[in-house]
Amino acid sequence: MNYEIVIGLEVHAELSTKSKIFCSCTTEFGGEPNTHCCPGCSGMPGALPVINKSVIDYAIKAGLATNCTISKLTKMDRKNYFYPDLAGAYQVSQLELPICKEGHIDIEVDGKKKTIRLNRIHMEEDAGKLIHNDFGTGSLVDYNRAGMPLIEIVTEPDIRSADEAKAFLEKLKAILQFIEVSDCKMQEGSLRADVNLSVRPVGQEKLGVRTEMKNLNSFKAAIRAIEYESKRHINEIESGGIIYRETRRWDDIKGTSYAMRSKEQAEDYRYFLDPDLPPIFIDDEWIKITYTDKKNNTKTQVLRIDCIDNIEIINN
Amino acid sequence: MKLHELTISQLNNLLRKKETNAVEITKDVLDRIAKTESVLDCYISIVEEKAIERAKNIQNKMERGQLQSHLAGIPMAVKDNICTEGILTTCASKMLSNYVAPYNATVIQNLYDNGAILLGKLNMDEFAMGSSTENSYFKKTRNPWDINRVPGGSSGGSAAAVAAGTAIYALGSDTGGSLRQPASFCGVVGLKPTYGSVSRFGLIGCASSFDQIGPITRDVTDCALVLNALVGKDNKDSTTANIKHIDYAEFLVNNVKGLKIGIPTQFMGDTLNEEVQKAVLEAIEVLKRLGAECEEISLPSMEYVLPTYCTLAFAEASSNLGRYDGIKYGYRAKDYKDLEDLYKRTRDEGFGSEVKRRIILGTYALSAGQYEKYYKKALQVRRIIYDEFNEAFQEYDMILGPTSPDTAFKFGTKIDDPMEMYKNDILTMPANITGLPAITVPCGRDSNNLPIGLQMISKQFGESVLIRAAYTFEQNTEFHKNRPII
Repeated sequence: MNYEIVIGLEVHAELSTKSKIFCSCTTEFGGEPNTHCCPGCSGMPGALPVINKSVIDYAIKAGLATNCTISKLTKMDRKNYFYPDLAGAYQVSQLELPICKEGHIDIEVDGKKKTIRLNRIHMEEDAGKLIHNDFGTGSLVDYNRAGMPLIEIVTEPDIRSADEAKAFLEKLKAILQFIEVSDCKMQEGSLRADVNLSVRPVGQEKLGVRTEMKNLNSFKAAIRAIEYESKRHINEIESGGIIYRETRRWDDIKGTSYAMRSKEQAEDYRYFLDPDLPPIFIDDEWIKITYTDKKNNTKTQVLRIDCIDNIEIINN
Repeated sequence: MKLHELTISQLNNLLRKKETNAVEITKDVLDRIAKTESVLDCYISIVEEKAIERAKNIQNKMERGQLQSHLAGIPMAVKDNICTEGILTTCASKMLSNYVAPYNATVIQNLYDNGAILLGKLNMDEFAMGSSTENSYFKKTRNPWDINRVPGGSSGGSAAAVAAGTAIYALGSDTGGSLRQPASFCGVVGLKPTYGSVSRFGLIGCASSFDQIGPITRDVTDCALVLNALVGKDNKDSTTANIKHIDYAEFLVNNVKGLKIGIPTQFMGDTLNEEVQKAVLEAIEVLKRLGAECEEISLPSMEYVLPTYCTLAFAEASSNLGRYDGIKYGYRAKDYKDLEDLYKRTRDEGFGSEVKRRIILGTYALSAGQYEKYYKKALQVRRIIYDEFNEAFQEYDMILGPTSPDTAFKFGTKIDDPMEMYKNDILTMPANITGLPAITVPCGRDSNNLPIGLQMISKQFGESVLIRAAYTFEQNTEFHKNRPII
């Protein structure tokens, strides 16, 4: 039987703003552990986030460059979970009202043009990094990366092959570099992709069960992972096995993927509006200026909400 | 009169006339602390040496004419959930029992800039969760009016210290009444400012969309003076508002003629202690006599205040308290098998039972399948309550009622019944749900000689109305002049 591979990508791009998303710490790569952080990004009690306006500008630019609709109202949500690299025990991200929606990127594979639709682009903060030391005495945490600004670009399941995935990633990288919102250095982790993949018999409309693969740090790794995982799905189905909906980790050295956790065990992230961050209102003027002015000379109005949705304008 | 018995304005007067100095005042209050602390237990930390050293510096600056603020040279203390650089900030929790903040809260910086002298950090319910200060990991603060009774909470240490003269004024925080209820129980003045008027930067979060820092003082004049130093836009807190700076002292005017006051029937219901009801009715008569127009109004959404508050405030708290995981700072369990076990044991051993109760309930309200039924529904009800209160302010300048349905209760009488404890705050919660400003001033005493508090709520950024009305009431009554005998 012939199978069709169905792929959706979630690409995290680190923005090349000077400072982090919610504090004034530098976004410079490297540095001695825990030297690029402050009470805010290291989760000290009582510290509060203040959004870096450049991050919003950069996300708008990325949205405009990928044919997205820019949301007039966008807000930051908390994604709650425990892990030592997450200083506040929640990641500030966007669930309900992402900054950009419904865009698309055109690609070309073997002379054939194709449109890949984007579901959304949202803003979020990166987590810190765990350093597992060689002496077996435990792990250490470095919060230099905590609070680095990211955008997550989520496609619709429009990609049908590893080649198309490669063409999409290359095009996306070129766009983000051209508009100068990200340097897209994969070796420094500024571009990371997660692959959602399923297979179905050609002609079947219903999608197969999908798996999500994380930890793809290069285009090459993404391609190899797609090739491996699609074969694994097909072999499993052909031999009468079952594909479980689960998150898998790609091991690029061994060239295999393995299950991290199943969706049943998946954490409940308890998303809700971050009460420390007022919703953001983006007017046409802001979009226009971001679009036309390379230097980001934006005259902005960041609006704030009081305790509920009583909106009051504050001129920034 | 002894120095520690005076108000900010009285001490400021003496300082200006050079009849005393900052060191003398500070030493007198420290002496008062030394004499009463073994009974009252208001403080978690006392920074005696730092306070005296700072008093000397401030005195020098004042003599050189560098400090003009009314707060210069006045010793004060703050609730232990407000971060103070280099000084323990414990939230009265085992979890943070060894935590020294690396930075100052904005309000602390503001007070320092005004020449304030910090004496120490005040006891509270753990993570500001409670209404009696019995939930402190460290100690039980006693009410200076009757040491067998609670001072209220969660800012119990702050209110008791101001009442007993072991701080000239104090800062508290108010999430559901945590500042006003203890101020009422201890017979002092407490003001919860409009949400967004005072920076929360450095206030250890309990429920972020409810929390506000405010002053606890001996009279309304002092309240206005401290408020002046606290209010303002802070670039470190995006929820602060860009409001025009006003001098609240200008509203210390003895006149309420024509002021329209609404008295919600739901504030005066039969669950009220009779003596509290009587004192509030008498207070209304005083205001009427002075020319205020008082009318009964109805706020039917009061029925939903308690469930709305508990759902939203606990949900926010469950997220805010996730960071206490034993990894970065604070308490860590000694024995653990793996990461999961480290989290579980640390949080099991480090948090007290009320904190755990709220984390569990708040987590449930946000969890998949429950969010729509609880958290989202409560948000919608919050809006209804907000609209109802704001509609009342179309017609009235102020809403008035008791601060608490009861006076200070005895230790141990409510601690085992969470619902009874939460009900203490039923009349103070609306101001936090709606973000509106509210003040409490003493308006009487019950048959046990325990203080009764009168609460006034105004519209958004209507602190000036509260100051004027509370000042007028105070000028025409004697309750604020009485001090507990300790």
